[in-house]
Amino acid sequence: MVVRNCREVKVQSVRFLGTWDEASDFVELTLENPGWESYRPGQFAMLRPKHWGLELPWGRPFSISRLDAETLTVFFQVIGRGTSRLARLNPGDEVVVWGPLGNGFSAPPETPTLLLAGGMGIAPFRGYIENHPTPEFLRLFFAHRVPLANYPYLAMAEKVRAEAMQEHTPEDLPRIIERIRELMDENHGGIALACGPTPFMRTIQEHAVAGGLRAELSLEKSMACGVGACLGCVCKNGEGKHVQVCARGPVFQADAVQL
Amino acid sequence: MDLRVEFAGLVLKNPIITASGTFGFGLEFSSFGDLKRLGGIVVKGLSLKPREGNAMPRIVETPCGMLNAIGIQNPGVEAFLKDKLPLLPWRETAIIANLYACSVEEFGDLAGVLSGEEGVAALEVNVSCPNVTHGGAAFGQDPAQITKATEAVKKRCGNKPVIVKLSPNVTDIAVCARAAEAGGADALSLINTLLGMAVDIKTRKPVLANVVGGLSGPAIKPVALRCVYQACRAVGIPVVGIGGIASAEDALEFITVGATAVEVGTANFLRPDQSFRIIDDLPRAMLKARAADMAELRGSLVLPGQ
Repeated sequence: MVVRNCREVKVQSVRFLGTWDEASDFVELTLENPGWESYRPGQFAMLRPKHWGLELPWGRPFSISRLDAETLTVFFQVIGRGTSRLARLNPGDEVVVWGPLGNGFSAPPETPTLLLAGGMGIAPFRGYIENHPTPEFLRLFFAHRVPLANYPYLAMAEKVRAEAMQEHTPEDLPRIIERIRELMDENHGGIALACGPTPFMRTIQEHAVAGGLRAELSLEKSMACGVGACLGCVCKNGEGKHVQVCARGPVFQADAVQL
Repeated sequence: MDLRVEFAGLVLKNPIITASGTFGFGLEFSSFGDLKRLGGIVVKGLSLKPREGNAMPRIVETPCGMLNAIGIQNPGVEAFLKDKLPLLPWRETAIIANLYACSVEEFGDLAGVLSGEEGVAALEVNVSCPNVTHGGAAFGQDPAQITKATEAVKKRCGNKPVIVKLSPNVTDIAVCARAAEAGGADALSLINTLLGMAVDIKTRKPVLANVVGGLSGPAIKPVALRCVYQACRAVGIPVVGIGGIASAEDALEFITVGATAVEVGTANFLRPDQSFRIIDDLPRAMLKARAADMAELRGSLVLPGQ
Protein backbone atom coordinates (compact mmCIF):
# COMPACT_ATOMS: atom_id res chain seq x y z
CA MET A 1 0.00 0.00 0.00
CA VAL A 2 1.43 3.32 -1.07
CA VAL A 3 0.91 5.99 1.57
CA ARG A 4 0.22 9.49 0.29
CA ASN A 5 1.28 12.69 1.98
CA CYS A 6 1.77 16.42 1.50
CA ARG A 7 5.30 17.74 2.00
CA GLU A 8 7.45 20.74 1.22
CA VAL A 9 10.51 19.61 -0.72
CA LYS A 10 13.39 21.41 -2.42
CA VAL A 11 14.02 21.68 -6.14
CA GLN A 12 17.16 19.81 -7.08
CA SER A 13 17.37 20.65 -10.77
CA VAL A 14 15.44 22.17 -13.66
CA ARG A 15 16.65 20.77 -16.97
CA PHE A 16 15.48 21.96 -20.38
CA LEU A 17 15.44 19.06 -22.79
CA GLY A 18 15.51 21.12 -25.96
CA THR A 19 13.59 23.99 -27.45
CA TRP A 20 11.24 23.62 -30.35
CA ASP A 21 10.60 27.32 -30.58
CA GLU A 22 10.82 30.17 -28.15
CA ALA A 23 7.30 29.66 -26.84
CA SER A 24 7.47 26.05 -25.77
CA ASP A 25 10.00 24.51 -23.48
CA PHE A 26 10.31 20.93 -22.37
CA VAL A 27 11.28 20.72 -18.75
CA GLU A 28 12.47 17.94 -16.50
CA LEU A 29 11.95 19.09 -12.93
CA THR A 30 13.67 17.08 -10.21
CA LEU A 31 12.68 17.49 -6.57
CA GLU A 32 13.65 15.80 -3.34
CA ASN A 33 11.69 12.60 -2.79
CA PRO A 34 8.79 13.66 -0.51
CA GLY A 35 9.19 10.55 1.64
CA TRP A 36 7.53 8.15 -0.76
CA GLU A 37 8.83 4.60 -0.56
CA SER A 38 7.20 3.57 -3.80
CA TYR A 39 4.49 4.44 -6.27
CA ARG A 40 2.58 2.80 -9.09
CA PRO A 41 3.73 4.10 -12.48
CA GLY A 42 0.84 6.05 -13.98
CA GLN A 43 0.15 7.77 -10.66
CA PHE A 44 0.62 11.54 -10.47
CA ALA A 45 1.64 14.27 -8.07
CA MET A 46 0.25 17.76 -7.45
CA LEU A 47 2.93 20.48 -7.30
CA ARG A 48 2.59 24.02 -6.03
CA PRO A 49 5.67 26.14 -5.33
CA LYS A 50 5.65 27.49 -1.81
CA HIS A 51 6.39 31.03 -2.92
CA TRP A 52 3.35 31.20 -5.17
CA GLY A 53 1.05 33.73 -3.61
CA LEU A 54 -2.69 33.51 -3.93
CA GLU A 55 -2.84 34.53 -7.60
CA LEU A 56 -2.71 30.93 -8.87
CA PRO A 57 -4.61 29.04 -6.18
CA TRP A 58 -4.33 25.58 -7.70
CA GLY A 59 -1.47 23.13 -7.69
CA ARG A 60 -0.57 21.51 -10.99
CA PRO A 61 -0.93 17.78 -11.69
CA PHE A 62 1.95 15.89 -13.34
CA SER A 63 2.53 12.23 -13.93
CA ILE A 64 5.39 10.89 -11.91
CA SER A 65 8.12 10.36 -14.47
CA ARG A 66 10.71 8.85 -12.11
CA LEU A 67 11.03 8.14 -8.41
CA ASP A 68 14.14 6.89 -6.65
CA ALA A 69 15.21 6.92 -3.03
CA GLU A 70 16.38 10.54 -3.24
CA THR A 71 14.40 12.21 -6.01
CA LEU A 72 11.05 12.70 -7.71
CA THR A 73 11.09 13.77 -11.36
CA VAL A 74 8.27 15.19 -13.46
CA PHE A 75 8.41 16.11 -17.12
CA PHE A 76 6.26 18.84 -18.63
CA GLN A 77 5.88 21.27 -21.48
CA VAL A 78 5.48 24.96 -20.81
CA ILE A 79 1.90 25.69 -21.82
CA GLY A 80 0.30 28.22 -19.50
CA ARG A 81 0.72 30.41 -16.44
CA GLY A 82 1.51 27.55 -14.08
CA THR A 83 4.01 25.64 -16.18
CA SER A 84 5.83 28.83 -17.24
CA ARG A 85 6.36 29.68 -13.57
CA LEU A 86 7.37 26.13 -12.70
CA ALA A 87 10.00 26.28 -15.47
CA ARG A 88 11.55 29.29 -13.74
CA LEU A 89 12.11 27.50 -10.44
CA ASN A 90 15.67 27.38 -9.13
CA PRO A 91 17.49 24.69 -7.17
CA GLY A 92 16.69 25.13 -3.50
CA ASP A 93 13.21 26.61 -4.08
CA GLU A 94 10.54 24.88 -2.01
CA VAL A 95 7.61 23.15 -3.65
CA VAL A 96 4.56 21.72 -1.89
CA VAL A 97 3.99 18.24 -3.29
CA TRP A 98 1.04 15.96 -2.60
CA GLY A 99 0.77 12.40 -3.80
CA PRO A 100 1.21 9.80 -5.07
CA LEU A 101 -2.31 10.24 -6.43
CA GLY A 102 -4.61 8.19 -8.64
CA ASN A 103 -4.49 4.52 -9.51
CA GLY A 104 -1.63 3.84 -11.98
CA PHE A 105 -1.16 1.34 -14.79
CA SER A 106 -1.31 -2.42 -14.50
CA ALA A 107 2.11 -4.05 -14.65
CA PRO A 108 1.53 -7.77 -15.17
CA PRO A 109 4.84 -9.66 -15.25
CA GLU A 110 5.80 -11.76 -18.26
CA THR A 111 3.01 -10.24 -20.34
CA PRO A 112 3.61 -8.63 -23.71
CA THR A 113 3.01 -4.96 -22.90
CA LEU A 114 2.77 -2.28 -25.55
CA LEU A 115 3.42 1.24 -24.32
CA LEU A 116 1.75 3.79 -26.61
CA ALA A 117 2.95 7.32 -25.94
CA GLY A 118 1.81 10.46 -27.76
CA GLY A 119 3.92 13.58 -27.17
CA MET A 120 4.01 14.54 -23.48
CA GLY A 121 2.20 11.26 -22.81
CA ILE A 122 5.64 9.67 -22.69
CA ALA A 123 6.16 11.02 -19.14
CA PRO A 124 4.73 8.14 -17.04
CA PHE A 125 6.36 5.43 -19.15
CA ARG A 126 9.88 6.36 -18.09
CA GLY A 127 9.20 5.16 -14.56
CA TYR A 128 7.04 2.33 -15.85
CA ILE A 129 10.00 0.87 -17.75
CA GLU A 130 12.37 1.36 -14.82
CA ASN A 131 10.04 -0.33 -12.34
CA HIS A 132 8.70 -3.19 -14.44
CA PRO A 133 9.50 -6.69 -13.12
CA THR A 134 10.05 -8.09 -16.63
CA PRO A 135 11.08 -5.20 -18.91
CA GLU A 136 12.04 -7.59 -21.71
CA PHE A 137 8.28 -7.97 -22.33
CA LEU A 138 7.82 -4.24 -22.94
CA ARG A 139 7.67 -2.48 -26.28
CA LEU A 140 7.44 1.30 -26.67
CA PHE A 141 5.86 3.19 -29.54
CA PHE A 142 6.24 6.95 -29.47
CA ALA A 143 4.35 9.35 -31.74
CA HIS A 144 5.56 12.93 -31.59
CA ARG A 145 5.47 16.27 -33.41
CA VAL A 146 8.50 18.11 -32.06
CA PRO A 147 12.01 16.60 -32.39
CA LEU A 148 12.91 13.58 -30.27
CA ALA A 149 15.59 15.53 -28.40
CA ASN A 150 12.79 17.31 -26.51
CA TYR A 151 11.71 14.09 -24.82
CA PRO A 152 13.41 11.54 -22.56
CA TYR A 153 12.90 9.00 -25.37
CA LEU A 154 16.49 7.96 -26.07
CA ALA A 155 17.18 6.98 -22.45
CA MET A 156 14.03 4.82 -22.55
CA ALA A 157 14.87 3.27 -25.95
CA GLU A 158 18.10 1.93 -24.45
CA LYS A 159 16.10 -0.19 -22.02
CA VAL A 160 13.26 -1.61 -24.13
CA ARG A 161 12.45 -2.32 -27.75
CA ALA A 162 11.29 1.05 -29.04
CA GLU A 163 10.29 2.93 -32.15
CA ALA A 164 9.25 6.50 -32.78
CA MET A 165 7.32 8.21 -35.58
CA GLN A 166 7.28 11.93 -36.07
CA GLU A 167 4.27 13.74 -37.47
CA HIS A 168 5.69 16.35 -39.87
CA THR A 169 2.72 16.74 -42.18
CA PRO A 170 -0.97 15.80 -42.07
CA GLU A 171 -0.14 12.86 -44.37
CA ASP A 172 1.95 11.31 -41.61
CA LEU A 173 -1.06 10.89 -39.37
CA PRO A 174 -2.73 7.96 -41.19
CA ARG A 175 0.64 6.14 -41.26
CA ILE A 176 1.01 6.59 -37.50
CA ILE A 177 -2.53 5.36 -36.89
CA GLU A 178 -1.90 2.34 -39.11
CA ARG A 179 1.29 1.53 -37.21
CA ILE A 180 -0.48 1.77 -33.86
CA ARG A 181 -3.13 -0.68 -35.06
CA GLU A 182 -0.48 -3.09 -36.40
CA LEU A 183 1.40 -3.03 -33.13
CA MET A 184 -1.78 -3.58 -31.11
CA ASP A 185 -2.73 -6.54 -33.32
CA GLU A 186 0.76 -8.03 -32.97
CA ASN A 187 0.46 -7.63 -29.20
CA HIS A 188 -2.75 -9.69 -29.11
CA GLY A 189 -3.04 -11.56 -25.84
CA GLY A 190 -1.00 -8.92 -24.08
CA ILE A 191 -1.90 -5.46 -22.83
CA ALA A 192 -1.59 -1.99 -24.34
CA LEU A 193 -1.09 1.07 -22.14
CA ALA A 194 -1.64 4.51 -23.61
CA CYS A 195 -1.06 8.12 -22.66
CA GLY A 196 -1.30 11.06 -25.03
CA PRO A 197 -3.60 13.61 -26.66
CA THR A 198 -7.30 12.76 -26.91
CA PRO A 199 -7.39 11.97 -30.69
CA PHE A 200 -4.44 9.59 -30.19
CA MET A 201 -6.26 7.93 -27.29
CA ARG A 202 -9.46 7.62 -29.31
CA THR A 203 -7.59 5.74 -32.05
CA ILE A 204 -6.33 3.28 -29.46
CA GLN A 205 -9.65 2.98 -27.66
CA GLU A 206 -11.57 2.30 -30.89
CA HIS A 207 -9.11 -0.35 -32.01
CA ALA A 208 -9.00 -2.01 -28.60
CA VAL A 209 -12.76 -2.13 -28.20
CA ALA A 210 -13.36 -3.32 -31.79
CA GLY A 211 -10.76 -6.09 -31.48
CA GLY A 212 -11.46 -7.08 -27.89
CA LEU A 213 -7.88 -6.08 -26.96
CA ARG A 214 -6.93 -5.33 -23.38
CA ALA A 215 -5.92 -1.68 -23.07
CA GLU A 216 -5.61 1.00 -20.41
CA LEU A 217 -5.82 4.73 -21.09
CA SER A 218 -4.33 7.44 -18.89
CA LEU A 219 -6.34 10.66 -19.07
CA GLU A 220 -5.26 14.22 -18.54
CA LYS A 221 -7.51 16.95 -17.13
CA SER A 222 -6.93 20.23 -15.37
CA MET A 223 -7.53 19.73 -11.66
CA ALA A 224 -8.05 21.85 -8.56
CA CYS A 225 -7.63 19.39 -5.69
CA GLY A 226 -6.17 16.20 -7.19
CA VAL A 227 -7.77 14.09 -4.46
CA GLY A 228 -11.34 13.54 -5.66
CA ALA A 229 -13.02 16.32 -3.70
CA CYS A 230 -13.78 19.18 -6.08
CA LEU A 231 -15.35 17.12 -8.91
CA GLY A 232 -13.78 19.47 -11.46
CA CYS A 233 -11.96 16.79 -13.48
CA VAL A 234 -14.66 14.25 -14.19
CA CYS A 235 -15.08 12.06 -17.25
CA LYS A 236 -17.87 9.63 -18.07
CA ASN A 237 -17.36 5.97 -17.29
CA GLY A 238 -18.75 3.09 -19.32
CA GLU A 239 -22.22 3.60 -17.85
CA GLY A 240 -22.20 7.32 -18.61
CA LYS A 241 -21.71 8.30 -14.95
CA HIS A 242 -19.35 11.10 -13.99
CA VAL A 243 -16.24 9.88 -12.18
CA GLN A 244 -13.21 11.85 -11.03
CA VAL A 245 -10.16 11.41 -13.27
CA CYS A 246 -7.90 12.23 -10.30
CA ALA A 247 -9.30 9.69 -7.86
CA ARG A 248 -10.92 6.98 -10.00
CA GLY A 249 -8.25 7.29 -12.72
CA PRO A 250 -6.21 8.72 -14.27
CA VAL A 251 -5.91 5.22 -15.78
CA PHE A 252 -9.12 3.64 -17.11
CA GLN A 253 -9.81 0.39 -18.90
CA ALA A 254 -10.35 1.29 -22.56
CA ASP A 255 -13.93 -0.02 -22.54
CA ALA A 256 -14.85 1.73 -19.28
CA VAL A 257 -14.43 5.39 -20.20
CA GLN A 258 -15.89 7.86 -22.69
CA LEU A 259 -13.31 10.11 -24.35
CA MET B 1 -5.16 28.65 24.05
CA ASP B 2 -8.85 27.85 24.18
CA LEU B 3 -10.13 28.00 20.62
CA ARG B 4 -13.56 26.49 21.32
CA VAL B 5 -16.68 28.09 19.93
CA GLU B 6 -20.29 27.34 20.76
CA PHE B 7 -23.31 28.29 18.71
CA ALA B 8 -26.76 26.94 17.88
CA GLY B 9 -26.23 24.04 20.26
CA LEU B 10 -22.95 23.01 18.61
CA VAL B 11 -19.65 22.89 20.48
CA LEU B 12 -16.68 23.08 18.10
CA LYS B 13 -13.02 22.51 19.06
CA ASN B 14 -12.09 25.55 17.03
CA PRO B 15 -13.88 27.88 14.60
CA ILE B 16 -12.42 26.29 11.44
CA ILE B 17 -15.00 24.35 9.41
CA THR B 18 -14.35 23.05 5.91
CA ALA B 19 -16.81 24.42 3.33
CA SER B 20 -19.18 22.36 1.23
CA GLY B 21 -17.92 21.28 -2.18
CA THR B 22 -14.27 21.92 -1.40
CA PHE B 23 -13.56 19.08 1.00
CA GLY B 24 -15.51 16.21 -0.55
CA PHE B 25 -16.88 13.98 2.18
CA GLY B 26 -13.79 14.66 4.30
CA LEU B 27 -12.40 11.19 3.73
CA GLU B 28 -10.49 12.38 0.65
CA PHE B 29 -8.30 14.43 3.00
CA SER B 30 -7.70 11.92 5.80
CA SER B 31 -4.12 11.20 4.72
CA PHE B 32 -3.22 14.90 4.92
CA GLY B 33 -4.43 15.67 8.44
CA ASP B 34 -6.42 14.31 11.36
CA LEU B 35 -10.07 15.07 10.55
CA LYS B 36 -10.84 15.04 14.28
CA ARG B 37 -8.84 18.27 14.64
CA LEU B 38 -11.26 20.26 12.48
CA GLY B 39 -13.95 22.35 14.09
CA GLY B 40 -16.38 20.82 11.64
CA ILE B 41 -16.81 19.43 8.15
CA VAL B 42 -19.61 20.56 5.85
CA VAL B 43 -19.93 17.73 3.38
CA LYS B 44 -20.60 18.01 -0.36
CA GLY B 45 -24.12 19.25 -1.15
CA LEU B 46 -26.68 16.47 -0.85
CA SER B 47 -29.89 16.06 -2.80
CA LEU B 48 -32.71 13.57 -2.28
CA LYS B 49 -31.78 11.67 -5.45
CA PRO B 50 -28.27 11.19 -6.91
CA ARG B 51 -27.21 13.94 -9.33
CA GLU B 52 -24.74 13.66 -12.21
CA GLY B 53 -23.99 17.38 -12.18
CA ASN B 54 -23.06 19.60 -15.12
CA ALA B 55 -21.07 18.82 -18.27
CA MET B 56 -17.33 19.53 -18.46
CA PRO B 57 -15.51 21.90 -18.29
CA ARG B 58 -16.68 22.67 -14.78
CA ILE B 59 -13.86 24.68 -13.24
CA VAL B 60 -11.46 27.41 -14.27
CA GLU B 61 -8.68 29.11 -12.32
CA THR B 62 -9.00 32.89 -12.17
CA PRO B 63 -6.78 35.51 -10.53
CA CYS B 64 -6.80 34.72 -6.79
CA GLY B 65 -9.77 32.43 -7.20
CA MET B 66 -11.71 30.07 -9.37
CA LEU B 67 -15.04 29.62 -11.08
CA ASN B 68 -16.98 26.42 -10.65
CA ALA B 69 -20.14 25.01 -12.11
CA ILE B 70 -20.14 21.45 -10.80
CA GLY B 71 -23.92 21.29 -10.55
CA ILE B 72 -24.11 19.52 -7.16
CA GLN B 73 -22.92 16.14 -8.46
CA ASN B 74 -23.55 13.87 -5.47
CA PRO B 75 -24.56 10.28 -4.72
CA GLY B 76 -27.77 11.32 -2.96
CA VAL B 77 -28.51 11.62 0.74
CA GLU B 78 -29.15 7.88 1.30
CA ALA B 79 -25.78 6.86 -0.17
CA PHE B 80 -24.09 9.49 2.01
CA LEU B 81 -25.69 8.08 5.15
CA LYS B 82 -24.87 4.49 4.19
CA ASP B 83 -21.39 4.76 2.62
CA LYS B 84 -19.72 7.94 3.92
CA LEU B 85 -21.05 8.99 7.31
CA PRO B 86 -20.10 5.75 9.13
CA LEU B 87 -16.47 6.31 8.09
CA LEU B 88 -16.34 9.89 9.40
CA PRO B 89 -15.22 10.76 12.97
CA TRP B 90 -18.63 12.24 13.82
CA ARG B 91 -18.26 11.67 17.55
CA GLU B 92 -15.21 13.92 17.61
CA THR B 93 -15.94 16.57 15.01
CA ALA B 94 -19.18 18.17 13.82
CA ILE B 95 -20.33 16.68 10.53
CA ILE B 96 -22.69 19.17 8.91
CA ALA B 97 -24.91 18.01 6.05
CA ASN B 98 -25.38 20.52 3.23
CA LEU B 99 -28.89 20.33 1.75
CA TYR B 100 -29.60 21.10 -1.87
CA ALA B 101 -33.12 21.12 -3.26
CA CYS B 102 -35.13 22.96 -5.86
CA SER B 103 -38.43 23.20 -4.00
CA VAL B 104 -39.62 23.96 -0.49
CA GLU B 105 -41.11 20.45 -0.25
CA GLU B 106 -37.83 18.78 -1.23
CA PHE B 107 -35.97 20.78 1.42
CA GLY B 108 -38.44 19.49 3.99
CA ASP B 109 -38.08 15.90 2.79
CA LEU B 110 -34.27 16.10 2.93
CA ALA B 111 -34.40 17.44 6.48
CA GLY B 112 -36.76 14.60 7.38
CA VAL B 113 -34.28 11.98 6.10
CA LEU B 114 -31.42 13.52 8.10
CA SER B 115 -33.34 14.42 11.28
CA GLY B 116 -32.79 11.10 13.05
CA GLU B 117 -29.14 10.61 12.11
CA GLU B 118 -26.95 10.65 15.19
CA GLY B 119 -23.81 11.36 13.15
CA VAL B 120 -25.17 14.56 11.62
CA ALA B 121 -24.50 17.54 13.91
CA ALA B 122 -26.37 20.20 11.94
CA LEU B 123 -28.00 20.99 8.61
CA GLU B 124 -26.74 23.70 6.28
CA VAL B 125 -29.41 24.76 3.80
CA ASN B 126 -28.15 25.84 0.38
CA VAL B 127 -30.81 28.21 -0.96
CA SER B 128 -28.96 29.05 -4.19
CA CYS B 129 -30.74 26.72 -6.60
CA PRO B 130 -32.46 28.33 -9.60
CA ASN B 131 -36.08 27.79 -8.68
CA VAL B 132 -37.94 26.53 -11.73
CA THR B 133 -41.33 26.75 -10.07
CA HIS B 134 -40.83 30.44 -9.37
CA GLY B 135 -39.79 31.80 -12.75
CA GLY B 136 -36.13 30.82 -12.63
CA ALA B 137 -35.01 33.29 -9.97
CA ALA B 138 -32.74 31.62 -7.48
CA PHE B 139 -34.31 30.67 -4.16
CA GLY B 140 -31.64 32.67 -2.42
CA GLN B 141 -32.63 35.88 -4.17
CA ASP B 142 -36.21 35.82 -2.95
CA PRO B 143 -36.59 36.60 0.76
CA ALA B 144 -40.07 35.02 0.91
CA GLN B 145 -38.70 31.77 -0.51
CA ILE B 146 -35.78 31.81 1.94
CA THR B 147 -38.25 32.04 4.80
CA LYS B 148 -40.40 29.22 3.41
CA ALA B 149 -37.46 26.89 2.77
CA THR B 150 -36.13 27.57 6.26
CA GLU B 151 -39.54 26.88 7.81
CA ALA B 152 -39.85 23.64 5.81
CA VAL B 153 -36.47 22.42 7.08
CA LYS B 154 -37.13 23.53 10.66
CA LYS B 155 -40.42 21.64 10.68
CA ARG B 156 -38.79 18.32 9.74
CA CYS B 157 -35.27 18.54 11.18
CA GLY B 158 -35.96 17.10 14.63
CA ASN B 159 -33.52 18.71 17.04
CA LYS B 160 -30.78 19.45 14.47
CA PRO B 161 -29.56 23.04 14.34
CA VAL B 162 -30.38 24.65 10.98
CA ILE B 163 -27.82 26.92 9.31
CA VAL B 164 -29.07 28.78 6.24
CA LYS B 165 -26.34 29.48 3.67
CA LEU B 166 -26.96 32.76 1.87
CA SER B 167 -26.09 33.88 -1.64
CA PRO B 168 -24.26 37.20 -2.11
CA ASN B 169 -25.95 37.74 -5.48
CA VAL B 170 -28.59 40.00 -3.97
CA THR B 171 -29.16 43.71 -3.57
CA ASP B 172 -29.38 43.67 0.21
CA ILE B 173 -27.89 40.78 2.17
CA ALA B 174 -29.49 42.07 5.38
CA VAL B 175 -32.98 41.45 3.98
CA CYS B 176 -32.10 37.84 3.16
CA ALA B 177 -30.46 37.36 6.56
CA ARG B 178 -33.61 38.56 8.30
CA ALA B 179 -35.76 36.35 6.04
CA ALA B 180 -33.85 33.25 7.20
CA GLU B 181 -34.06 34.36 10.82
CA ALA B 182 -37.81 34.86 10.42
CA GLY B 183 -38.09 31.29 9.09
CA GLY B 184 -36.55 30.02 12.30
CA ALA B 185 -32.90 29.55 11.26
CA ASP B 186 -30.60 28.78 14.19
CA ALA B 187 -27.63 30.32 12.37
CA LEU B 188 -26.59 31.74 9.02
CA SER B 189 -23.57 30.97 6.88
CA LEU B 190 -22.35 33.31 4.16
CA ILE B 191 -21.34 33.88 1.47
CA ASN B 192 -21.92 31.32 -1.23
CA THR B 193 -20.13 32.03 -4.55
CA LEU B 194 -20.52 35.16 -6.63
CA LEU B 195 -21.89 34.56 -10.10
CA GLY B 196 -19.13 34.95 -12.70
CA MET B 197 -17.97 34.00 -16.17
CA ALA B 198 -14.86 33.38 -18.29
CA VAL B 199 -14.47 33.42 -22.09
CA ASP B 200 -11.88 31.76 -24.35
CA ILE B 201 -11.12 34.43 -26.94
CA LYS B 202 -9.61 31.91 -29.37
CA THR B 203 -12.85 29.92 -29.64
CA ARG B 204 -15.11 32.80 -28.50
CA LYS B 205 -16.86 30.31 -26.25
CA PRO B 206 -17.53 30.43 -22.52
CA VAL B 207 -14.89 28.40 -20.68
CA LEU B 208 -17.50 26.68 -18.51
CA ALA B 209 -19.98 24.32 -20.16
CA ASN B 210 -22.62 25.87 -17.91
CA VAL B 211 -21.65 29.32 -19.34
CA VAL B 212 -21.70 30.94 -15.88
CA GLY B 213 -20.31 29.69 -12.60
CA GLY B 214 -19.59 30.60 -9.01
CA LEU B 215 -16.52 32.68 -8.17
CA SER B 216 -14.72 31.71 -4.97
CA GLY B 217 -11.32 32.13 -3.38
CA PRO B 218 -9.33 35.05 -1.96
CA ALA B 219 -10.63 37.31 -4.75
CA ILE B 220 -14.06 37.43 -3.07
CA LYS B 221 -12.90 37.89 0.53
CA PRO B 222 -13.59 41.64 0.76
CA VAL B 223 -17.12 41.13 -0.57
CA ALA B 224 -17.69 38.26 1.84
CA LEU B 225 -16.40 40.23 4.80
CA ARG B 226 -18.69 43.13 3.97
CA CYS B 227 -21.69 40.76 3.69
CA VAL B 228 -20.89 39.07 7.01
CA TYR B 229 -20.51 42.47 8.66
CA GLN B 230 -23.91 43.58 7.35
CA ALA B 231 -25.61 40.28 8.21
CA CYS B 232 -24.25 40.30 11.75
CA ARG B 233 -25.76 43.74 12.30
CA ALA B 234 -29.10 42.65 10.83
CA VAL B 235 -29.84 39.51 12.86
CA GLY B 236 -29.59 38.16 16.39
CA ILE B 237 -28.60 34.60 15.41
CA PRO B 238 -24.97 33.43 15.01
CA VAL B 239 -23.24 33.85 11.66
CA VAL B 240 -20.62 31.58 10.07
CA GLY B 241 -18.31 33.54 7.76
CA ILE B 242 -17.33 32.10 4.38
CA GLY B 243 -15.50 33.55 1.39
CA GLY B 244 -11.82 33.52 0.48
CA ILE B 245 -10.50 32.56 3.88
CA ALA B 246 -6.98 31.24 3.33
CA SER B 247 -5.16 32.03 6.59
CA ALA B 248 -5.71 32.31 10.33
CA GLU B 249 -5.62 36.09 9.98
CA ASP B 250 -8.42 35.93 7.39
CA ALA B 251 -10.48 33.86 9.83
CA LEU B 252 -9.98 36.41 12.59
CA GLU B 253 -11.11 39.25 10.31
CA PHE B 254 -14.47 37.51 9.93
CA ILE B 255 -14.73 36.85 13.67
CA THR B 256 -13.89 40.48 14.38
CA VAL B 257 -16.86 41.68 12.30
CA GLY B 258 -19.13 39.30 14.19
CA ALA B 259 -18.82 35.76 12.81
CA THR B 260 -18.85 32.96 15.37
CA ALA B 261 -17.04 30.46 13.16
CA VAL B 262 -15.75 30.34 9.61
CA GLU B 263 -15.68 27.95 6.70
CA VAL B 264 -12.55 27.40 4.61
CA GLY B 265 -13.31 26.56 0.99
CA THR B 266 -11.13 27.21 -2.04
CA ALA B 267 -8.04 27.46 0.18
CA ASN B 268 -8.26 23.69 0.60
CA PHE B 269 -6.94 23.56 -2.97
CA LEU B 270 -3.81 25.61 -2.18
CA ARG B 271 -2.65 22.44 -0.49
CA PRO B 272 -4.74 19.62 0.98
CA ASP B 273 -3.56 20.30 4.54
CA GLN B 274 -4.38 24.02 4.45
CA SER B 275 -7.34 23.87 6.88
CA PHE B 276 -5.18 22.00 9.41
CA ARG B 277 -2.41 24.58 8.98
CA ILE B 278 -4.88 27.40 9.61
CA ILE B 279 -5.88 25.73 12.90
CA ASP B 280 -2.20 25.35 13.84
CA ASP B 281 -1.71 29.03 13.12
CA LEU B 282 -4.73 30.35 15.06
CA PRO B 283 -3.01 30.80 18.45
CA ARG B 284 -0.28 32.92 16.83
CA ALA B 285 -2.85 35.04 14.99
CA MET B 286 -4.86 35.43 18.22
CA LEU B 287 -1.78 36.82 19.96
CA LYS B 288 -1.31 39.22 17.05
CA ALA B 289 -4.93 40.35 17.51
CA ARG B 290 -4.30 40.53 21.30
CA ALA B 291 -7.40 38.37 21.81
CA ALA B 292 -7.73 36.08 24.82
CA ASP B 293 -10.39 33.86 23.34
CA MET B 294 -12.84 33.68 20.47
CA ALA B 295 -15.76 35.14 22.43
CA GLU B 296 -13.75 38.24 23.29
CA LEU B 297 -12.75 38.82 19.67
CA ARG B 298 -16.17 38.17 18.18
CA GLY B 299 -17.82 41.34 16.96
CA SER B 300 -15.16 43.53 18.56
CA LEU B 301 -14.81 45.65 15.43
CA VAL B 302 -13.86 49.20 16.27
CA LEU B 303 -15.68 51.56 13.95
CA PRO B 304 -14.53 55.10 13.14
CA GLY B 305 -15.39 57.46 15.97
CA GLN B 306 -15.55 54.70 18.60
